[in-house]
Amino acid sequence: MTKWGELWEKSLRDISVEAALKCLDDAGVDKVDSITVGTMSGGLFNAQEHLGSLVADYLGQRFVPATRVESACASGGLAVKNAYMEVASGLSQYALAVGVEKMTDVDGGDATFALATASDYDYEAFHGITFPGLYALMAVAHMKKYGTSLEQLAQVSVKNHHNGSLNPHAQFPCAVTLDQVMTSTMVADPMRLLHCSPITDGSAAVLLVPLTVAKKMNKPYAVITGIGHASDTIALCQRKDFAKLEVVEVAAQRALKMAGKTIRDIDFAEVHDCFSIAEIIVMEALGVVESGQGGPATVNGLTALDGDFPINPSGGLKSKGHPVGATGVAQVVEAVIQLRGQAGPRQIKNARTALTQNMGGSGASSIIHILEAR
Amino acid sequence: MAMHVARNWRETPERYRMEAAKCKKCSAIHFPARLICPECQGREFATVRLSGKGELATFTIIRIAPTGFGDLVPYAVGIVKMDEGIHVMAQIVDCNPEELKIGDRVVSQFRRINQEGKNGMILYGYKFVPDLGL
Repeated sequence: MTKWGELWEKSLRDISVEAALKCLDDAGVDKVDSITVGTMSGGLFNAQEHLGSLVADYLGQRFVPATRVESACASGGLAVKNAYMEVASGLSQYALAVGVEKMTDVDGGDATFALATASDYDYEAFHGITFPGLYALMAVAHMKKYGTSLEQLAQVSVKNHHNGSLNPHAQFPCAVTLDQVMTSTMVADPMRLLHCSPITDGSAAVLLVPLTVAKKMNKPYAVITGIGHASDTIALCQRKDFAKLEVVEVAAQRALKMAGKTIRDIDFAEVHDCFSIAEIIVMEALGVVESGQGGPATVNGLTALDGDFPINPSGGLKSKGHPVGATGVAQVVEAVIQLRGQAGPRQIKNARTALTQNMGGSGASSIIHILEAR
Repeated sequence: MAMHVARNWRETPERYRMEAAKCKKCSAIHFPARLICPECQGREFATVRLSGKGELATFTIIRIAPTGFGDLVPYAVGIVKMDEGIHVMAQIVDCNPEELKIGDRVVSQFRRINQEGKNGMILYGYKFVPDLGL
């Protein structure tokens, strides 16, 4: 991945090609067999669809089959899954997955609208709810059911910003204090500004190849050993428990089963902390802790960089940024960097097995990958 | 974003009358209506109108609003557990949002929701207000 942020001087095509070139240079590959582009809404953010061809063209890969996939904020994870299927099916030997979102070509109101189309538009966004609002509804339900506190929610942001301060690619590579989080501007009670991931321009790319090919490339790599993908009701209100993300439970079970692992075998995870409450509910859904224990576990340091189960060593969506279509790919990039032992000051000791969890909407889709060091 | 009139007109049964679909096979109620019942795969439904009454299951107060809702800030949006057992999301109005509590009784009313730009359609639908038992 490349440096993320408000990249005024760079276009959608610039940032996706930059990330793709960095990936191809790293792998020592100059021609690919297929390209999958994960983007939520080039149409609403940039008045540009048909992103498969745009990226293939400007990457100098004319005539290569290019597919654009979309699953809202999980579009990046879906791109990686699609590239995996390209390789697994035998259709591609070198399958490139690019995630990208260029979100600052529209103003804040239009960006909020674009994101809101990932909800059930007629029954959620129509009534004036926002994404911070949807996750706030989950937070209020979680606080009521389990006694999760505002301090516990805020600690997720403090932890992720600490990690992000060690990541030169992060949009906001700076630490924040508990007090700064707890007194930041209220967005949708109880979600404050520093509970929310930002609007970001960014891209990330990974190259997938068959294991037999990877072994001959003489480059460090990691192996995807599990994929779990699930969907749920598009509207939050149609789920039985607003303090739970069943879509993540199901996707995790599928991914772990495919990899022949349990959650206890995982050394660290990159999860979809679009809002602080999301990280807490996701870690419960993954089975890292029991339901209701995500808040206390965060405060006790379980998920810190030096904890027993580090979560979001990259800084997560909160600090690294959340260019929605790029996020799922960037999670896999961070997992690979950690598994190769190249994460520098944020390196997790003895990282051998990683889990990445990407999520769309208010939990209407989730894609989980399990990666192992080789 | 302004849409064709039909985009909103076709939502009239749900937005104006809170019409739901009751599965003829398993009696599950769906709002909005569906063509296939996710509980039993049934495909025949009877149209029923929701009572409009229920209690607050969870809620938030929107302080930073999407385009078109800025004038309403701060406003509450909640998920209401209807007396029919299903859940509906909408604004909770005619109240002090700070004083709302989970479990509060509410009732739906027909209200103006939004306008599609300065010259666009005025969109109506349901919002909930505290149920004073009147």
